[in-house]
Amino acid sequence: MSIPITLIEQGQIWSFPGGIHPPQRKQLSNTTPIATLPLASEFYLPLRQHAGEPGELLVSVGDHVLKGQAVSAPGLNNALPVHAPTSGTIIAIEARPIAHPSGLADTVVVLSADGLDQAAQPQPHSLSSDRTQLIDALRQAGIAGLGGAGFPTAQKLALQRPLEYLIINGVECEPYISADDRLMREYADEILRGTEILMHISGAAKALIALEDNKPDAIDAFKRVLPKYPAMSLRVVPTKYPSGGEKQLIQLLTGHQVPSRGLPSDIGLLMHNVGTAYAVHQAIDLGLPLTQRVVTVTGENVSKPGNYWVPLGTPVAHLLAHAGFKPEQAQKVIMGGPMMGFTLGNLQVPVVKITNCLLVPGAQELSPPADEMPCIRCGACADVCPAQLLPQQLQWLAKANDYDGLNKQNLFDCIECGACAYVCPSEIPLVHYYRKAKAEIREIAREKSKSEVARERFEARKQRLEREKQERLERHRLAAEARQQAQQQAVEQGAPNPNDAVQAAIARAKARKAAQAAAAEQAAAAEPQDDNP
Amino acid sequence: MSFKIAASPHAHQRRTTQQVMRWVYMALIPGLLVQSYFFGLGVWVQMLLALGTAWLSEAACMALRGRSVSQAWQDHTAVVTALLLAISIPSLAPWWIIVIGTAFSVIVVKHVYGGVGQNLFNPAMAGYVLLLISFPVQMTAWPVPQELALYSISLSDTAQLIFTGFSNAGYNLEQLRLGIDGVTMATPLDSLRTDLAQALTVSEATNKAMFSSALGGIGWAWLNLAFLLGGLVLIKVRVISWHIPAGMLLGLLVPALFMSWFYPDQSVGPLLHALSGATMLGAFFIATDPVTAATSNRGRLYFGLLIGLLVFIIRTWGGYPDAVAFAVLLANMVVPVIDKYTQPIAYGHGGKL
Ligand code: SF4
Ligand code: SF4
Repeated sequence: MSIPITLIEQGQIWSFPGGIHPPQRKQLSNTTPIATLPLASEFYLPLRQHAGEPGELLVSVGDHVLKGQAVSAPGLNNALPVHAPTSGTIIAIEARPIAHPSGLADTVVVLSADGLDQAAQPQPHSLSSDRTQLIDALRQAGIAGLGGAGFPTAQKLALQRPLEYLIINGVECEPYISADDRLMREYADEILRGTEILMHISGAAKALIALEDNKPDAIDAFKRVLPKYPAMSLRVVPTKYPSGGEKQLIQLLTGHQVPSRGLPSDIGLLMHNVGTAYAVHQAIDLGLPLTQRVVTVTGENVSKPGNYWVPLGTPVAHLLAHAGFKPEQAQKVIMGGPMMGFTLGNLQVPVVKITNCLLVPGAQELSPPADEMPCIRCGACADVCPAQLLPQQLQWLAKANDYDGLNKQNLFDCIECGACAYVCPSEIPLVHYYRKAKAEIREIAREKSKSEVARERFEARKQRLEREKQERLERHRLAAEARQQAQQQAVEQGAPNPNDAVQAAIARAKARKAAQAAAAEQAAAAEPQDDNP
Repeated sequence: MSFKIAASPHAHQRRTTQQVMRWVYMALIPGLLVQSYFFGLGVWVQMLLALGTAWLSEAACMALRGRSVSQAWQDHTAVVTALLLAISIPSLAPWWIIVIGTAFSVIVVKHVYGGVGQNLFNPAMAGYVLLLISFPVQMTAWPVPQELALYSISLSDTAQLIFTGFSNAGYNLEQLRLGIDGVTMATPLDSLRTDLAQALTVSEATNKAMFSSALGGIGWAWLNLAFLLGGLVLIKVRVISWHIPAGMLLGLLVPALFMSWFYPDQSVGPLLHALSGATMLGAFFIATDPVTAATSNRGRLYFGLLIGLLVFIIRTWGGYPDAVAFAVLLANMVVPVIDKYTQPIAYGHGGKL
């Protein structure tokens, strides 16, 4: 199944099923240029800010670091480095709460800023470098998908597969958030330059720049610079949530779906976020690692909503204070947007690579939570599900812990967009149930694979011991045969012959040797065996 | 200071079940007005009786099941059940008819199956069928449309009739149902099937006073148009989707069209089907009950088609004059099968757009 190139080239836009139109409320934050934030005094740098393992530490407490200096190294299993966002001293390396829905703690490097903001020497790269060198440069720059998933960009590029299109995602469909919108308005050229680099590395000959029709200024900004980049074209999609989801955007732009559990590259596509493209330009052309990003601060309870260039590691409290945060009773602080964001219990957590928005709504701004009522099977949820699932069915199965049923109903194709819970008239927190069920299923799978590995090991060891025992027995049998043969020979040849005596002696010695060897074997076998297969 | 922890999404469409239900009540109003105009105010008395019974039954069930009784007040499904049943039965039926029907709908059809969202059968229609089978005489005794009636019936007559069986002047229901021609009036559908069974042609059968001014019979045509109007409003404000009503009307009207092409003298014809009996009430208000309908849009279309087809079959060849209740219950039984075969193909599983 290949994508319809001709139609795509004609600029056709397809559609995807379901979706919702929640109030946008982007004007709250998108009317002012991106502002810079005064430096915080302390920065918290979690080693894991991306999808993958944390990188290995390169600094220790007491070290002085420069802005842009790596504090951890890239490594196996998608480990990405983290860089100091400003100059200063490492004052602690400890477990601290990080920005994660679970509120769990993780290893964090604490940097006390010296206020000088001294930068390390940047190391730009040229596009004439080898492909693997460029990919490595992006890895060294610590770039992860800035759209939200945080998948290492280098890793995505390293997959060597023939590509038709690189898609640059500037859709930003979630209400309130305008970080990408502002970035596109102000840095359209840089974004397209980053796109050019991404095309060069990935081998995609064409690129589609996609954004929603609610961002006319960003569209104009692109239109002004696009003539410089003939291989790229603009695609404006209708405003609908969640058209910025990777799968939905691919369906909008190509009319095709990414196979379940597959990758966009399976159908010749690669997608990166506009913020990522900008960071790629910074890393390659200017040699600057990823140490800052645009974050939208919005909601009725900040007096200066807008977008900020925020050094990564800046405590949320610092950013909010600067934006004029006035908390109220039972204040929600949401990292991310109103549809997919998660609430923070602690404002000392830092802004990280995947933080695109902080939303501090007033009490009446987002509908106050209501009691969960029984499902009336109205089907509203199924109508809006972009993944074409049956949310109410999933909900019943999840409540019944019917994991087989959930798998049959393709729970894992749920993108957790929240459209179903948004429309549910019974106010059922559907996504919450799905997340819980997914976590439980993953846990069971992990347990199972653990016990599977243990069982395999056990079986392998049993087989090895059995094999060794058989070999041993075989050697014993051979030795015993040799002994018998020797004795028999001695008896057959009769005693009187002096040669016979010699022969007999030789035979006896042979037999003894064989017996000794066997005994040694036995002794060896009795020694404890090492367990590793 | 501690901050509130909550699961996403944090935004929510401000349309709760209550609001949905309010739209449903409002959409019923045109039909109720027309019904009051042609068939008297009995329907309002029936609705009051039904609501009272439904609330009491609901509260009793919630209490028995150890749930909070106050939740029952919030749940509007019992209200809708009661209203639909009250509208469906003949408006001068004795009081105990609606009480038995509503109590059965709420207690047995809904709560015995596990309460809101769990019932397999449409409660109002299950109640209706129980009544129709148990009390066929009372359940087919529709009052005569007022412009055709020999006697006119006042509000106090209505209440008297429902509670005692006799009007103020001492007439009983059977006497009041005499038409201007002095013959007991059947409903148009009823009369048609009797006549067709007696080998009259349609033109002969419809050559009666009840058909004089409107297709579908006086009163009934207007009643159906009023419910159609309410139903279209519900589709417009997206309280119901078009799939079930469209399916049901297609399933009923297409076969009716064919029949009237091939047997013009013995068949009822699509317009009469559309505008008589409980067609529109059924298509827009009854079959669309979300709990007992199919789940996906495609499934809902099939579900509607099936109901329409069943209505057509039962009306044409079956033993009962109208068939919406039976058709809906039969289709309810098929819902699991429909759901199984119409499950939408999830994203990335090889479906077409
Ligand atoms: S929207 Fe809510 S009430 Fe309606 S079917 Fe879905 S889960 Fe049930
Ligand atoms: S959260 Fe999952 S089930 Fe709900 S609408 Fe989104 S994809 Fe569908």
